[in-house]
Amino acid sequence: MSKYTEEQLEEELKTQEYKYGFYTDIESDTFPVGLNEDVVRAISKKKNEPQWMTDWRLEAFRIWEKMEEPEWANVHYEKPKFQDIAYYSAPKKKPKLNSLDEVDPELLDTFKRLGISLDEQKKLANVAVDIVMDSVSVATTFKKTLGEKGIIFMPISEAIQEHPELVRKYLGTVVPTTDNFYAALNSAVFSDGSFCYIPKGVKCPMELSTYFRINEGGTGQFERTLVVADKGSYVSYLEGCTAPSRDENQLHAAVVELIAMDDAEIKYSTVQNWYPGNKEGKGGVYNFVTKRGLCENNAKISWTQVETGSAVTWKYPSCVLKGNNSVGEFYSIAVTNNHQQADTGTKMIHLGKNTRSTIISKGISAGKSQNSYRGLVQINSRAENARNFSQCDSLLMGNECGAHTFPYIETKNKSAQIEHEATTSKIGEDQLFYCNQRGIDTEKAIALIVNGFSKEVLNKLPMEFAVEAQKLLEISLEGSVG
Amino acid sequence: MLKIENLKAEINGKAILKGLNIEVKAGEVHAIMGPNGAGKSTLANVIAGKEEYEVTGGSIELNNEDISELAPEERAHNGVFLSFQYPVEIPGVSVTNFIKTAINETRKAKGLEDMPAKDMLKMIREKSELLEIDRKFLSRSLNEGFSGGEKKRNEIFQMAMLEPKLAILDETDSGLDIDALRIVANGVNKLKSKDNAVIVITHYQRLLDYIVPDFVHVLHDGKIVKTGDASLALELEAKGYDWIKQELV
Repeated sequence: MSKYTEEQLEEELKTQEYKYGFYTDIESDTFPVGLNEDVVRAISKKKNEPQWMTDWRLEAFRIWEKMEEPEWANVHYEKPKFQDIAYYSAPKKKPKLNSLDEVDPELLDTFKRLGISLDEQKKLANVAVDIVMDSVSVATTFKKTLGEKGIIFMPISEAIQEHPELVRKYLGTVVPTTDNFYAALNSAVFSDGSFCYIPKGVKCPMELSTYFRINEGGTGQFERTLVVADKGSYVSYLEGCTAPSRDENQLHAAVVELIAMDDAEIKYSTVQNWYPGNKEGKGGVYNFVTKRGLCENNAKISWTQVETGSAVTWKYPSCVLKGNNSVGEFYSIAVTNNHQQADTGTKMIHLGKNTRSTIISKGISAGKSQNSYRGLVQINSRAENARNFSQCDSLLMGNECGAHTFPYIETKNKSAQIEHEATTSKIGEDQLFYCNQRGIDTEKAIALIVNGFSKEVLNKLPMEFAVEAQKLLEISLEGSVG
Repeated sequence: MLKIENLKAEINGKAILKGLNIEVKAGEVHAIMGPNGAGKSTLANVIAGKEEYEVTGGSIELNNEDISELAPEERAHNGVFLSFQYPVEIPGVSVTNFIKTAINETRKAKGLEDMPAKDMLKMIREKSELLEIDRKFLSRSLNEGFSGGEKKRNEIFQMAMLEPKLAILDETDSGLDIDALRIVANGVNKLKSKDNAVIVITHYQRLLDYIVPDFVHVLHDGKIVKTGDASLALELEAKGYDWIKQELV
């Protein structure tokens, strides 16, 4: 990742329109719109899947057909017409890549415009990148280094072919197909995603990273991610998203499952920047995501997310603290501007003894946006000495936005200790004048105040990601205080 | 350095400054005293360019340039510094990060590169020693949980770092115990030079025991009604402001 300078920031602040709002002209192989059992079978066939996978998808589809779209979230939007979406889209050229020279030059150009030039990544950052472009992975790097440690990091479609026993054992064990409407849909039609397996006792030597990107107008994207950390292992996984601007709404319904076995640790960091729609609230991505992790004994899962994009966000990265002494963490920054709506938070399900969870949520609302935190802390009857600390802070800019907090606490064990703190503040004229008086203009002052507000969460991100996240926060809030 | 002529300003339609004149030359220290509501803090805020105040007449010149139409940050870039009576808190932003941003934004406005980290560090070390500031203090969130004395010391620290041409100290003595007052005043004295100027706004004479002014002005009802040397402050302390008011009748 290139070094970020003040000049670059300044340049970015000049551009009002969505930065990644271009459209890559790579020929695609797209299914006709609509969804039925034949389409599900066709997707499975296209990917040359074994019968058990096809059956799994079909079962999910039948469940989905009987389900209704949830309406309890504090968001309002026109529901996607599920029969008007094409459920499969793959770049036609699928080059076998031995080096970057073989990559489609136009694709490379796309990555350069996104600031994620692969060769630079290879040289500068210690990051293996599995790039998902329009649902099919087209390049995987660092496979060899990881292979030496026995780490599997590959598109899930390949993993189904190469490691069917692992995928079959764990897929759908944390987020079952019956879990919810979007998870069922994803299970039926997911096109690709990532699979990661860290063997016993192995500490993954680099951050694993995937860049997602929606392309092809009208193509919903259904990513499936499965990360399995075997006993005593450690992995840090980064997920970053950008999408080109489109007038019609684009549906994104991903499922992420994490499994941390005894004494394992998984850090999962997300910077999400889907197209949020224009200033009038037209267009933008619908992001309905199910993310959940399972912790066995002494295991730890940390979710860190920076959410700046999407027209509508519905997302609750959760931890099931099944094992004794297991730890769940959720650190989140959710920014909404203009007409964006976000309903996001977490669920911490305490099942084991001495389980601990921490929730730090920072919501920043500007423009006419609505930003809701929704969190569940559930202490099961057998979860002796469970502890939770939750802190939900909201920062408001202007008078037309909203911040909402919906904490749910259910406890069936008297030994539980639960703390919840919440604050709401506003960027004040006095703060801005103070900064101005020191020579800091208003735009920069807002960035400074917002970064200060978000610091506890930004600090949890890996270094390069934190820089990118700060950039995103600044761009997202540009022009929000007049 | 600073030349204010017939300055009139109002807030929410209420006139506060009603034809104020003052001239401050480089190397001078001026004290502005006066009873509550005379317009002392308004004057400080108007010079700094706070937008709530509307300038309805007169001029503010800094080094022969009219600054009354400039944005607050542009005035800051031109060398105006205001030590706030009530410094604001910015949670999560350390004193170091804040001052670094302020310095580099000012440099950027002048077409300069960011100050090299090594130089910044050296400067922070020097200035914090000057003001007897503990290094740990610099990593704390700006003004969050600071005592009154710490807040004011932080203001003077920022002044030391930014090296302004014109520093306005608005009630810097309020909320200070005598030790803090001495440290802050010593800091200001050490920063004084023949090239810069200081305006001290205060209710009380005690700060002027430490920062000795060349001129003392009495502000009453939006105008400077009396000007003298340092002895005027002592006289005011002894006789109170009613004496001035009576003299005006």
